[in-house]
Amino acid sequence: MLAPALAYILLLVALPFVAAVLLSLTNSSAGSLDVSFVGFRNFRAVVGNPVFKRALWNTFVFTFVSQVLVIAFGNILARALMRRFRGKTIARFLILMPWAAPISLATLGWLWIFDSTFSVINWVLKVVGYFGPGQWYYWLGDPTLGMVAIVTVHVWRMLPFSTVILIAGLSSIPAEVHEAADIDGAGTLSKAFYVTVPMMLPILSVALLFGVVFTFTDMSVVYLLTRGGPFNSTHVLASLAFQDGVLGGDVGRGAAIAIFLLPVLVVMAILTLRVSRRAEVA
Amino acid sequence: MRGAPTRRLGGLILHRAVILLFTAFAVFPFYWMAITAFKQNADLYVGATNTQHNPFIFNQPPTLDHLRILFGQTLYPTWLVNTLVIGAVVVAITLVLTVPAGYALARLTGRWGERLSIGIFLTYLVPPTLLFIPFSRLMSVLGLQNSRWALIVIYPTFTVPFCTWLLMGFFKSLPREIEESAMVDGCSRVGAIWRMALPLAAPGILTVVIFAMTLVIQEFVYSLTFISSVRLMTISGGVPVALVRGDVYYWGSLMAACLITSVPIAVLYNVFLDRFIAGFTVGAVK
Repeated sequence: MLAPALAYILLLVALPFVAAVLLSLTNSSAGSLDVSFVGFRNFRAVVGNPVFKRALWNTFVFTFVSQVLVIAFGNILARALMRRFRGKTIARFLILMPWAAPISLATLGWLWIFDSTFSVINWVLKVVGYFGPGQWYYWLGDPTLGMVAIVTVHVWRMLPFSTVILIAGLSSIPAEVHEAADIDGAGTLSKAFYVTVPMMLPILSVALLFGVVFTFTDMSVVYLLTRGGPFNSTHVLASLAFQDGVLGGDVGRGAAIAIFLLPVLVVMAILTLRVSRRAEVA
Repeated sequence: MRGAPTRRLGGLILHRAVILLFTAFAVFPFYWMAITAFKQNADLYVGATNTQHNPFIFNQPPTLDHLRILFGQTLYPTWLVNTLVIGAVVVAITLVLTVPAGYALARLTGRWGERLSIGIFLTYLVPPTLLFIPFSRLMSVLGLQNSRWALIVIYPTFTVPFCTWLLMGFFKSLPREIEESAMVDGCSRVGAIWRMALPLAAPGILTVVIFAMTLVIQEFVYSLTFISSVRLMTISGGVPVALVRGDVYYWGSLMAACLITSVPIAVLYNVFLDRFIAGFTVGAVK
């Protein structure tokens, strides 16, 4: 009964995965079906390219900064949502919305918020007097502000996901454990460090794993907000692979760029296995 | 003795402030979509340099023009149909592949069962951005470029691993004795699964239908890569690519499209949230 699903996964995930690696070693292009092996030429060409270096750096920066923020905010928010209060159901629904909305459409909403002429953020900054005369932010036309915008959208989108996973973790800690810690005289801080955090570790790593994988491999946010611009300064690996390999038609080169996603994915896969094994033992 | 109530009040205010702040952050883009979708153009396109014009409220009466344009003069209805048709086919394929697989993995004991299930889950970590390049070769070999079939062939790559995992969890929660007693009463193995296990797993199967459908509606990368004809696009590919005419953004209709696509999915997610989390937490929560 497993055979059909396994066959499908082998044919359409495992084989293409291998093909992605092989294609990076060829001069394959969209125009022709002739393919010949070129060794590491694509990799050499890619690694020497400043646009690629910038994209590689950006990918790590986006992932790291947004995940640190997501985990920090997610913990605060999860704890706040654990308490009982009026309107909790509606608050949970609203907080979950960014994760449920299709990413391309949600990013369009942000594109409008960051619009160079009509940005509501700029309006507020001007009204509160933050902007001096003639000062203006071109959110998506400036490398630094562009990166701020991209990180903001990633945090906005991943925060609900991490929060609900962390809530699942928090509510899985039995009340007796807290009671026992109270009886032993543990304060709020020591309870957090010696009870909550260790017991949350498996679930915290699950939130982090998926957060890292989704952010690290995403191209939608960058593609829709800045198209990698201005001057290719906000590209990430995935959007650059798309630009070169799909739009530009240089399949071999695009594959070579995408391959750089692999090491992080492999590390994440190993961590997932560890976590699931530890959870099995516990 | 005055410290404790004051501190409690402080905690309460802090708690409400945290909730309010994060809710506002989460909701603001949707509020912005909504107000944009119903504003008249004259109210919408006032530069942000004009501090006298408050963009957060309706300065002129709201209008349904943008919605009328979206449904009457754009291809949004076509994309909606495309998305639902592709979604329905993908859901069907997903069910045919994952229901037997989920059941088999739940009943497989020993090392192999566990290894296989983890292996299937790991394929969920393989991102579209790594696979779109080999797929673009595959589609040109199969002659499926710019065809909705390309998406139908590819979309199960992300629905199958996740849904197999979800269903496995569901079937595991059903005791084996249910099928065994049916078999004692003269059912065949397949009959026992069909008559006993499947009806009991109906909530799980419904979850799979919902999630496979929402994953299809949300998908953007493959849709962008493989569909170039505007008429064949899905919503999440068509709205960002084809509702923008040249450099002209029709923000009112654009935001209306974003809002009316996002809200139903958000409602569905909220209803099925707990089952969905169970699919992600890989047994890290018992």
